Amino acid sequence: MKRLIPLAPALYIAFLMLPIYWLLNMSFKTTNEILGGFSLWPNQFTLDNYRTIFTDPTWYMGYVNSLTYVTINTAITLVVALPAAYAFSRYRFLGDKHLFFWLLTNRMAPPAIFALPFFQLYSAVGLFDTHLAVALAHVLFNIPLTVWILEGFMSGVPRELDETAYVDGYSFPRFFARIFLPTIKAGIGVSAFFCFMFSWVEMLLAKTLTAVEAKPIAAIMTKTASSAGYELGLLAAAGCLTIIPGAFVIYFVRNYIAKGFALGRV
Amino acid sequence: MATKTDNQKAWFFVLPVVVLVAFNALIPLMTVVNYSVQETFGNNLFFWEGVGWFEQVLHSERFHAALGRQLMFTGIILAIEIPLGVAIALTMPRQGPWVPVCLVLMALPLLIPWNVVGSMWNIFALPEIGLLGRAINAMGIDYNYTQQPLAAWFTVILMDVWHWTSLVVLLAYAGLISIPDAYYQAAKIDGAKAWAVFRHIQLPKMKRVLTIAILLRFIDSFMIYTEPFVLTGGGPGNSTTFLSIDLVKIALGQFDLGPAGAMSLIYFVITLLVSWVFYTLMTRDDPK
Repeated sequence: MKRLIPLAPALYIAFLMLPIYWLLNMSFKTTNEILGGFSLWPNQFTLDNYRTIFTDPTWYMGYVNSLTYVTINTAITLVVALPAAYAFSRYRFLGDKHLFFWLLTNRMAPPAIFALPFFQLYSAVGLFDTHLAVALAHVLFNIPLTVWILEGFMSGVPRELDETAYVDGYSFPRFFARIFLPTIKAGIGVSAFFCFMFSWVEMLLAKTLTAVEAKPIAAIMTKTASSAGYELGLLAAAGCLTIIPGAFVIYFVRNYIAKGFALGRV
Repeated sequence: MATKTDNQKAWFFVLPVVVLVAFNALIPLMTVVNYSVQETFGNNLFFWEGVGWFEQVLHSERFHAALGRQLMFTGIILAIEIPLGVAIALTMPRQGPWVPVCLVLMALPLLIPWNVVGSMWNIFALPEIGLLGRAINAMGIDYNYTQQPLAAWFTVILMDVWHWTSLVVLLAYAGLISIPDAYYQAAKIDGAKAWAVFRHIQLPKMKRVLTIAILLRFIDSFMIYTEPFVLTGGGPGNSTTFLSIDLVKIALGQFDLGPAGAMSLIYFVITLLVSWVFYTLMTRDDPK
């Protein structure tokens, strides 16, 4: 029994990989072969599904659109969350605790509540169907989380660092950019990971706020599922391709994931 | 931590965050409040309705049913994912070349767009051409999640366990590797059994990250929409129609703005209340 315990993570990972394998398997089959019967691997191996996606602009622009608003969102979130987290970790000011709690409550708001009001709000300000609209909407849940993570990391940095820098004649912006940011780069990495993750996977708001120009890959997939018959092979290939950006991001932060979780509060 | 200094100018640092979040949170929330107390007959004509919609939603059987399903779903996935995640974190190697491999593979489901998770499980569980559906039927169990409510529930829960247990594993693992070796050596000298080590060293050290894990899993499972919507569409019948699915049906499908607004607010308040209760219970013994 004891000798079997190390097998548990391996079994768990096998369980995680099974549905992904099945999707991959489907993506190399023709729709006819998928609907025609059951097989553990493709009998008539085809790359047609992938070819369609990479040659048809309505398909590949979906990926471009998604990656665009995710990048904008991560940039906006980090730029505004860094000074805010610094303020929360270093200073006492009027209403600080209430403000912090209010920020966190926004992480608890179900996106379904905001779908319709967001549609009206962003139509009213003329941002409907732009990348910026989705990026700004996702800020709602990414800023609270990022401020929370960064505040945890910053509170772990001793105040003496700030004070020594001032004694050495550093101005605040120079201290912040040259000394402070490099000190908490693990925290910034972890935050960026979470911003990317939650913006990349969210779909209800992204779909509600776009029509043609900024349409995310997710929305294009659901449309194909309903309109063009039921092209399972194409759908599977599109799904497989959405896994790649995430896999890249994890690979880059792999050394931070476990350590980052432990150092910061998340 | 070092003591904080008083500085009202710090408000300038938080101002951008406040402006952005307020724009995204307060205006839509006020829109919802506005709808929730008015009746509309189209043409942008609104009439004062008072708390009528709230009474209607709170007394409607449809809302009670959706809330009941939601609570049951969240309860079940918490009861599975938290112990399972902790157990897997405990069995993971502490160091060595396999650690990054395990972490990357385990984090993979977390970064797949939610509608793709739904589609993936939809295909995976189909009784005719899906691996899972085929395997269960081959064992002699009649399984078809598009027709049997029980099978639909089983599939939705298995999908959520597949999707989110890794978050608990990562958090618990982070808590575990932050325990200094000296603690384990002390336990060894005292002749502590594995259970005692877990109960008195590992569990207390994981408390903080587990609080976060339970809170995040509660919040996110309570607002689940896309994955079950793509997998089952809320069916068969209404058997997997959770709160968010029901709300979107009312707001965007039937365009009943009044009831949708009232339901949104009730939904939000329940989420906030339960989160607050969880948080207070779990941090009650923390030194302040």
